[in-house]
Amino acid sequence: MARSRTASVKTFKRAAQYLTLGCYLVFLGFPLVWLLSISFKEPREMVELHPTLIPKHPTLQNYVTAFTEQDLARSALNSLIVASASAALTVLLALPAAYSLVRFKTRLSTITLGWVLVSQLFPFVLLVIPLFLILREAGLTNTRFGLILVYVTWSLPFALWMLQGFVRGIPRELEEAASVDGASRLQVLRRVVAPLLAPGLVATSLFAFISAWNEFFFALVLLKSPELATLPVTLARFVGVEGIARLGPLAAGSLLATLPSLVFFAVLQKRLAEGSLAGAVKG
Amino acid sequence: MTATLEETPRATRQPSRDQNKRFAYLLLLPALLPVVMLSAAPLLRGVFLGFTDARAGRNVDINFTGLENYQELVQDTQFWDAFKVGLIWAFAVTILQFGLGLGLAGLLNQPLRLRWLARTLALVPWAMPPVVVGIMWKLVYHPDAGMLNEAFSRVGLDGLRHNWLGDFSTALPAVILVGIWAGLPQTTIVLLAGLQGVPRELHEAAQMDGAGAFRRFRAVTWPALAPVVVAITSLDFIWNFNSFGLVYVLTAGGPGGKTMLPMLFAYEEAFRYGHYGYAAALGNVMVLLIVALLAVYLRRRLREAN
Repeated sequence: MARSRTASVKTFKRAAQYLTLGCYLVFLGFPLVWLLSISFKEPREMVELHPTLIPKHPTLQNYVTAFTEQDLARSALNSLIVASASAALTVLLALPAAYSLVRFKTRLSTITLGWVLVSQLFPFVLLVIPLFLILREAGLTNTRFGLILVYVTWSLPFALWMLQGFVRGIPRELEEAASVDGASRLQVLRRVVAPLLAPGLVATSLFAFISAWNEFFFALVLLKSPELATLPVTLARFVGVEGIARLGPLAAGSLLATLPSLVFFAVLQKRLAEGSLAGAVKG
Repeated sequence: MTATLEETPRATRQPSRDQNKRFAYLLLLPALLPVVMLSAAPLLRGVFLGFTDARAGRNVDINFTGLENYQELVQDTQFWDAFKVGLIWAFAVTILQFGLGLGLAGLLNQPLRLRWLARTLALVPWAMPPVVVGIMWKLVYHPDAGMLNEAFSRVGLDGLRHNWLGDFSTALPAVILVGIWAGLPQTTIVLLAGLQGVPRELHEAAQMDGAGAFRRFRAVTWPALAPVVVAITSLDFIWNFNSFGLVYVLTAGGPGGKTMLPMLFAYEEAFRYGHYGYAAALGNVMVLLIVALLAVYLRRRLREAN
């Protein structure tokens, strides 16, 4: 008897766990489902007072509009340029620096590592206005390059932190073997270390890409010309003038803006769940 | 480049200490250059700006005004309102995020079926740009075409239909809910990693000794988790206090300043009214206040831990 009672307690516990988990997933997923639903609705369905979850006449028109509308297509391209350049530059600067941090102990490397930690804690309110003024004096406001520089500085600490972990994983013997074979130290870095770091470089550049792709504040403040605006800024401008019929393209555009990050997360979710990257990514 | 083996005796091929140092700096400097220019320099500049009357459109004669900005700031009720809203927002979001995140992490740590799917789905909000999160929830809260009001109507609670973001009393809670939604995955992942670090043997030993689930949590899980808890709650607090894009899209600080977070206020002062000096002073004060708050918190937590 006792046995079946503990069994039923166990079943009850399991059921309660699944139920709670279900509630969580509804809370986390439902707004997204609603966004998806709106993105497939016709304009005239949007003005009906009692909206339904399943679109009555599903249409791809909103996606076409979002894509063909001058603003969004151009902004997507802008975002792509800025985010790719930021990611490339971040990795290019972080790779030698991370290598230097691990293989050579100098005072500068200690200071750098300290700064990397502090920068994760630092409230960026303090930097916004002076940074804006410095970039303006350098003639870099309203240029993509200025924005890219900001993003590179932003993602460098994390990139360094991550890459130095990967460098530590490379056996020293491999480098020594190469240098005995007559390779210069730069050649060792390029031919031996860099290829072995490939997974780390991919992950780092993706992180730099995503944070630049998502960033809003500096894009809003630095780029005044609409033809330079990145996707988040243009989408936000859209919200300001939302007629109810414009909700469809807005939803479609928002979903398209999420796509790169979703793919990224799908690919890296196992690693993320293991917590190896957790804690260092700003939300 | 380097000489080949035949030409050089082996001993001289080993780079000297100075050479090593030079090489190390050479690799490190390109990364440090933008950092010094774009984070160290602005830091000092910001402190300086806070004591001046710098304004938009006035490039040359910036005057040193001493503590004037700070005196003005202390008397600025709008600043204190924004600071208060920021505190409520940051505390509410951080605490609720932590509570919900711990629950979710606990569940995702159980050997449930389809756990990988649940873990993936739980990450989705994290993948969305804050601006898109704002847009999405604006659509959910939409007074006419929104999901929330429609859901209330469907279950016969027409009386609960509401302009959630437009109403003085509901705007802040509505925005806080979105903040929790957006940050829950990150908190959850960190706590999940923390839970996985709790030694299983301890749990089993406690279970053998007949400790119930609650006692096991208090005696085994919580102490092991404590460092993670301190780290994630303080980081969450800072991030939340400094957030901008989400609320900018949702309400832009309205209605009537009810959701005016400090960053929104600073943005308005600097880039709408052009008060650079004043906004810089505001940033300085905000940082001091956050650091003070965190110091109190961390000291208490660390004392508890000892």
